[in-house]
Amino acid sequence: MGNIWVHAETSDGIVSSITLELLAKARELGEVTVFHAGADADQAAGELGQHGATRILTTGDLDNGLPGPALAAAVAAKATEESPAAILFGTTYGGRDVAGRLSVKMDAPVITNIVDLVDDDGLTGVEPVFGGTTNVKTRFTGETPGIFLIRPKSFNAESAGGAAAAVETLTIPDLGATGSAKVTNRFVEESDGPKLDEAGIVVSGGRGLGEADNFQMIEDLAGKLGGAAGASRAIVDAGWVPYSYQVGQTGKVVKPDVYIAAGISGATQHMVGMKGSKTIIAINKDPEAPIFSIADLGIVGDVHKVLPALLEAIGE
Amino acid sequence: MKVAVCVKQIPDPADPGAINPETKTLNRDVKLILDESDSYGVEMALQLVGEDGEVVLISMVPNNERNGLNNALAMGADSAILVSDDALSGSDALSTAKVLAAAIQRTEPDLVLAATESSDGYTGTVPEQVAELLGLPSVTFAKEVTVDSGNVAVKRQTEDGYDEVDCPLPALVSVTAGVVEPRYPSFKGIMAAKSKPVEELTLADLGIETSTVGWAGGRQEIVSIEPAPEREAGEIIEDEGDGHEKIVAFLQEMKVI
Repeated sequence: MGNIWVHAETSDGIVSSITLELLAKARELGEVTVFHAGADADQAAGELGQHGATRILTTGDLDNGLPGPALAAAVAAKATEESPAAILFGTTYGGRDVAGRLSVKMDAPVITNIVDLVDDDGLTGVEPVFGGTTNVKTRFTGETPGIFLIRPKSFNAESAGGAAAAVETLTIPDLGATGSAKVTNRFVEESDGPKLDEAGIVVSGGRGLGEADNFQMIEDLAGKLGGAAGASRAIVDAGWVPYSYQVGQTGKVVKPDVYIAAGISGATQHMVGMKGSKTIIAINKDPEAPIFSIADLGIVGDVHKVLPALLEAIGE
Repeated sequence: MKVAVCVKQIPDPADPGAINPETKTLNRDVKLILDESDSYGVEMALQLVGEDGEVVLISMVPNNERNGLNNALAMGADSAILVSDDALSGSDALSTAKVLAAAIQRTEPDLVLAATESSDGYTGTVPEQVAELLGLPSVTFAKEVTVDSGNVAVKRQTEDGYDEVDCPLPALVSVTAGVVEPRYPSFKGIMAAKSKPVEELTLADLGIETSTVGWAGGRQEIVSIEPAPEREAGEIIEDEGDGHEKIVAFLQEMKVI
């Protein structure tokens, strides 16, 4: 199906897991080129090649400029020359920035929130709607390459054992005012235990906890089980926990072996982010809560009673 | 300072309606409300401009619905531009951005605010597309925003923490939910909203060809709409003091403990 271009995100030469997921799919579809912003393309070339990329187009160091405007402008110019069949992005903070700018530069529409890509008389994206109860398949009809934004955990990353990708530096056109935002400082929020989107066990809390202090029970249970703590959007918006805890459409997508939802009713927004879990345990006092419709084990009860008893029963 | 805030009126997420099998879009003939995600941008704008600034709302609909817009005006925004045109029906993210950008351009704001994504379409690309169309720098996913002497400073959410970003005005910033606590409209605000100026524009007023937006502008087709494979519900039990034991047994079976 021709050339597939993939947005590669790296940090200090380490390729992000979503990029590797996209490469697993992209190499089934055609010859893979990745495009990248940053100074670490040479370091990442080996891993990207192993996962199926034959070429890296990179901006090189951006001197603390945000990647969106520079990478989009450079890729748009290159894509006009080479006409790739499709351009794939992960649904990440950086991916959406670059995709949005690129879409305007190329006057190419985007198809977003994709969980699968199929070659069906043209590349077709599968998007779940209504909390994942319905799948919508969409394909492009225009002349420009289609831009797809794909959700994390849609494909399994797997090495294909290819040679290191060839590094090619892109020319960055004049960005005018668009390039003037600069990063002045970077902060990494340290947390104990596994990362939320990589943990085998996730324990999440919602509004049913009643008050912010009760979130400690969620942290404690996650800690005891060697898992990560998550949250529904409702309590993130209420300021109980930081945004980085949020599981759902707007937050992280998780697919752990066990997902425990405590005091979460199961709004569409939340279900989209955790429905792919291998098993789901739900605790909620409302027997009509939508979360019970997808739970393998549902406890209709008060989280303020069930959680303390559970913590005590598990012990150290 | 003048701040333009993009706001979307959406079907109530608690009752989103259904997909129309003929047009393959969400039925929007239900009552529309202000997208809750946008209330954060409106609140942020009101706080940033203070007493002497101006907050202009920018919105588009196919059917001159104003209910959600009135809510944002009641919160305290000064005026609104509503682009309303039948041809907007079926607009995708890029078409939406083209229309919003054209409307924003008329107001010449110092700062444009938007939510990171809408609660119904959630493409999450519109703010960045608007910025590119306007030739503005942008900072997306802001969790803290301050403006000082022609500069906006933003704490921007990242995958593992946040970045501090500095950006000269004019600029566009997209704000995450929870960035500020949106106020509830007061009775006085609700009454005042009724007399605030709402400029209603068509695509022709903005000089936009109808063929570049809506269905035609999307250059994509929906191939199929199918129910997703369902996940079966498992065992649901009433807690009678033994709920935690069931969970322990389940976790043991999963070899988690």
